[in-house]
Amino acid sequence: MNESLSTRRLVIRLSLVVVAMFGFGFALVPIYDVMCQAFGINGKTAGAYEAGEQGVDASRQVRVQFLATNAADMVWEFRPMADEVAVHPGDSTQMVFVAHNPTDRPMTAQAIPSVAPSKAAAYFHKTECFCFTQQVLQPGERIEMPVRFIVDRDLPADVRHLTLAYTLFDITASKPPVAQVGQ
Amino acid sequence: MSAVIDTHGHAGHDHHHGPAKGLMRWVLTTNHKDIGTMYLWFSFAMFLLGGTMAMVIRAELFQPGLQIVQPEFFNQMTTMHGLIMVFGAVMPAFVGLANWMIPLMIGAPDMALPRMNNFSFWLLPAAFSMMVSTLFMEGGGPNFGWTFYAPLSTTYAPESVTFFIFAVHLMGISSIMGAINVVATILNLRAPGMTLMKMPLFVWTWLITAFLLIAVMPVLAGCVTMMLMDIHFGTSFFSAAGGGDPVLFQHVFWFFGHPEVYIMILPAFGAVSAIIPAFARKPLFGYTSMVYATASIAFLSFIVWAHHMFTVGIPLTGELFFMYATMLIAVPTGVKVFNWASTMWQGSMTFETPMLFSVAFVILFTIGGFSGLMLAIAPADFQYHDTYFVVAHFHYVLVPGAIFGIFASAYYWLPKWTGHMYDETLGKLHFWMSFVGMNMAFFPMHFVGLAGMPRRIPDYNMMFANFNMVSSIGAFMFGATQLLFLFIVIKCIRSGQPAAAKPWDGAEGLEWTVPSPAPYHTFQTPPEVK
Repeated sequence: MNESLSTRRLVIRLSLVVVAMFGFGFALVPIYDVMCQAFGINGKTAGAYEAGEQGVDASRQVRVQFLATNAADMVWEFRPMADEVAVHPGDSTQMVFVAHNPTDRPMTAQAIPSVAPSKAAAYFHKTECFCFTQQVLQPGERIEMPVRFIVDRDLPADVRHLTLAYTLFDITASKPPVAQVGQ
Repeated sequence: MSAVIDTHGHAGHDHHHGPAKGLMRWVLTTNHKDIGTMYLWFSFAMFLLGGTMAMVIRAELFQPGLQIVQPEFFNQMTTMHGLIMVFGAVMPAFVGLANWMIPLMIGAPDMALPRMNNFSFWLLPAAFSMMVSTLFMEGGGPNFGWTFYAPLSTTYAPESVTFFIFAVHLMGISSIMGAINVVATILNLRAPGMTLMKMPLFVWTWLITAFLLIAVMPVLAGCVTMMLMDIHFGTSFFSAAGGGDPVLFQHVFWFFGHPEVYIMILPAFGAVSAIIPAFARKPLFGYTSMVYATASIAFLSFIVWAHHMFTVGIPLTGELFFMYATMLIAVPTGVKVFNWASTMWQGSMTFETPMLFSVAFVILFTIGGFSGLMLAIAPADFQYHDTYFVVAHFHYVLVPGAIFGIFASAYYWLPKWTGHMYDETLGKLHFWMSFVGMNMAFFPMHFVGLAGMPRRIPDYNMMFANFNMVSSIGAFMFGATQLLFLFIVIKCIRSGQPAAAKPWDGAEGLEWTVPSPAPYHTFQTPPEVK
């Protein structure tokens, strides 16, 4: 009977491994996010940048290009006011994006940023961004949305040119626009 | 009943029950041989079903343009063919072989957890009925490829995807229970004297496979659970709009998916390591190195998954790491291939059907391994990715690898299972038809793939027409030949020549010490292993 006892213990241990690996599958989600942000993989940028102003490095100039893309089934007009600006690392710069809801219903949108080349993502800080919140636009409404950013002084020297790309998703179905009372 | 002269434990038989009568025998059975038989028949049925879908695919690709099916249905065929072959044909076949052979090889009376064994088998018909039934639902069945990448399988999936998710859950539970059972059997029920390093290699490879299953099937379950939550409960694991990431899906999936490909090949390594020595009439060359090589392959399988994802945009250091780690797998695999070759070297070889399949396994699996090395070269992979070269690669490791390994095992142990010899002439015919058909079907895919033909597309450029027609003819030949295998097995059961307890003179192992067919109960008193 010793044998069946040890079989029971073995099965319990193996079942614990199964449960742990099921948990590990879910643990991959935060691990992935941390890795992506730590190493700037996939061009993922961090949230709002809190640190103070850096000194401006006027000896160096970096070109920042802007892209605005609609995800599938998104009908808004969405574009940056300028295609490109030249900035000095450490300097705080603002760019304005325009969004317009041409439909006859209120809609909610979420913009997801990405920076290329991906190794530059960790050096691109956004102090203010419309992507930190969701946008609700009434039928026919047009808004201007600012993004304020600092290119880090420690940006690798071989990066002279980087791209900030936004993809705009229609999330009306999951986040219905709240009826705006008292406006 | 044939009069079997039983030299082993004959007195013990009188007070044991034989199989129960009628249908309920199969529903309620806890006998490892019954359950093994059911696994094998189930797997063969799924092999024919998945094969029929492959025939639809090859019929559509016989000529350029759309002739037979619509692209929507074509997508369902490629998806279901992959899912059914992986989860319905190859994996259950190996579990069936494990059920039949592991207790016989280690001198155990049965599996350690016989009732769980019954349950893990009967989950499979439920899972696959559910999955196949999605083909008849509105909107069709899964059409997103067997890798079911999000968002194809979430945002853009047909309604039936929920049934697919539950089917994957069920087959995952079945595999996990089967694996726990195998580990418990091997670790606890070995006959006295059967130390770990005396175990037949099939038992070793299955022990390692079982650990792989226990480690990665729960990750697959987690992956489909996240899909389920994204689809129905408003989470955004894989949806970029909500802050998730579709690339995360690929990481989670391939963390399961890469060990999965070794789950489908390691037991075949073990079977071939039993068969080649038997027909070369020499002991296996390098037994210990085989064990360590298998364990190394299993370990490496956990750190190479992103080689499926070279083109999604991972950093250069990541590409380098996964490239070198992947190439490292060639070392233990090479150890195995050279050991098999050394076993055959200067052996007194004869080429009965199991040996033919095993020799073909060694040669053709090596070809598949080499194309895998080509794919492992990250900069070159950008050219090969998602082309027919990939299709050629994994069919070369799975068809002459896993499937030929299963055929070799089936022919090798059929006399033990049925008590009859199969028809050697027909068996050889089955081998040669399969060998020629399989190479005709898959070898040209290397060329069209290198020339840029994308996979999973029902139409193609005119310039690929000739090679595709050759592929289709080969595939039809391979497919039709498998009906011959069915005939051979039925003929063997019904009217084969009676088989001796040890029909292969070079064979080694405890399974040959019991009569053929193996009695319903074996090793009630453990054998002595010296």
